Amino acid sequence: MRRAVAIILAALALLVRPDAGRAQGLAADISDHLIAITTAFTGTTVTLFGISEKRADIIVTVIGPREEQVVRRKDRVAGIWINVQNMAFADVPEYYFVASSRPIQQIAHPDIQARLELGLEHIALRPVDAEGRDISDILAFRDALIRNKQRADLYAPKPGVVRFVGEKLFRTQVPFPANVPPGIYQVQVFELVDGQVADAQRSTLVISKIGLEAEVFDFAQNRAPLYGIAAIIISIVAGWLAGIIFRRG
Amino acid sequence: MDIYLPIAEMSVNLFLLLGLGGAVGFLSGVFGVGGGFLMTPLLIFVGIPPPVAVGSEASQILASSVSGVQAHMRRGNVDVKMGLVLVGGGFLGSAFGVWLFALLRSLGQIDLVISLAYVIFLGTVGTLMFVESAGTMIRTRRRRGSESFTRQHRHLWLHGLPLKMRFHKSRLYISALMPLGLGFLVGILSAIMGVGGGFLMVPAMIYLIGMPTAVVVGTSLFQIAFVTAVTTFLHATNNQTVDIVLALSLIVGGVVGAQLGSGVGGRLRGEQLRILLAIIVLAVCAKIAFDLIAQPADLYSLGRGH
Repeated sequence: MRRAVAIILAALALLVRPDAGRAQGLAADISDHLIAITTAFTGTTVTLFGISEKRADIIVTVIGPREEQVVRRKDRVAGIWINVQNMAFADVPEYYFVASSRPIQQIAHPDIQARLELGLEHIALRPVDAEGRDISDILAFRDALIRNKQRADLYAPKPGVVRFVGEKLFRTQVPFPANVPPGIYQVQVFELVDGQVADAQRSTLVISKIGLEAEVFDFAQNRAPLYGIAAIIISIVAGWLAGIIFRRG
Repeated sequence: MDIYLPIAEMSVNLFLLLGLGGAVGFLSGVFGVGGGFLMTPLLIFVGIPPPVAVGSEASQILASSVSGVQAHMRRGNVDVKMGLVLVGGGFLGSAFGVWLFALLRSLGQIDLVISLAYVIFLGTVGTLMFVESAGTMIRTRRRRGSESFTRQHRHLWLHGLPLKMRFHKSRLYISALMPLGLGFLVGILSAIMGVGGGFLMVPAMIYLIGMPTAVVVGTSLFQIAFVTAVTTFLHATNNQTVDIVLALSLIVGGVVGAQLGSGVGGRLRGEQLRILLAIIVLAVCAKIAFDLIAQPADLYSLGRGH
């Protein structure tokens, strides 16, 4: 409830702010710029809202940190399904979300769609060491990558909807599942007129592990030997205590 | 209530983890086994990444073997010298196993090797246990009450290998290479399968090394405690796959479960226990084997590294 009020107030502030900049401008913001992954984190939804003075078509993308991703394919070998082939893709977004006020094909020129990665089929997925690999093979691996990301809820199965509430105010919901990877997320809002980008706004959203989780993770990654020793001590103490309880019980 | 596991990077219901720990702890209390061979596959079944399941299980087994070995130490049921030789082999095996684990992981074959190792070892041990305990049940039914246990103290060629050593507690004078080799093998299993290895070590100690049964369980727990400590450390440093939050949740559930289980175990007969355990072992084995043979829903999967 408090969050809803905050969103409405922020939206009103956008509407009335005196320094609204460009008269025909685009202004947008998200309800949270920091998502904290804590012990109780089970995923969250962030509201993106904004003003389009032109009341033009809007496309929103949220793209997670990019990393190389390996895709493996199983084949049957001696009756068992074994990973036999693989293909790596460079700079794969760990998370991808797109939403639009009307179907993307109807409001964005194909070149724009490709350049701005508007839609699952336009995500820049560049295979590493693809020499000598069949195009059909590369496409199959590419599709599989997207399919697996969708199964993990990291790529949405279909584009979200940007809704206009009132004349110029728009909003959309960006879902983040429990397994969302930490990192810096690029939030982009495009205002489209005649298939071309009339205005755009970029901001970032940080997803990070906070509190005990962050400390445990950092500890495990950056001071691994010490973490290992701590894990041993914790286990021995827990086991020893259990032994004492058993003896009395 | 969901809890976020920092290393597995996923959120899991805390009560599911406590329940799993409790259920496996109960079974290990009933049967007097470690339970790692049940826990690791169960963790994988509920969606924990196999490498994290294996790494975290090592620290859980460390806890349960520490609590178990205390009682045996007090009763003097540990052959410390034999235990230390086993530990020596176990350290080498664990180091080799963790190295192999990292290599297989980078090749994308670790899940397969974990599954295959489970099918082979659970299948073999489960079948042997089933046949043996079923045989005992039939025999005791034929001639009731005449159950007598005679240890076959055969002198195998293995006992005559060089580096002979005297083990007073076990009343043995055998080559140290035997326990060293057994410890090595169990160390590898600990690193790759996330088990203590008691299911392999206990029969090997009785039938291969020829140790008196009284000191077998205590000594194997002694070895398991040291080797899982090293395995925990090596997985933490080389693979970053030890999730202490996961391990602690399982430990808490396991402590309570084992307490309840040991009460039930005392009321069942030896061969009844073993045949029940054999059935559980074979069921887990069948499930893993089925997953290897059945066509996966999607032939493609995402891997880490390459």
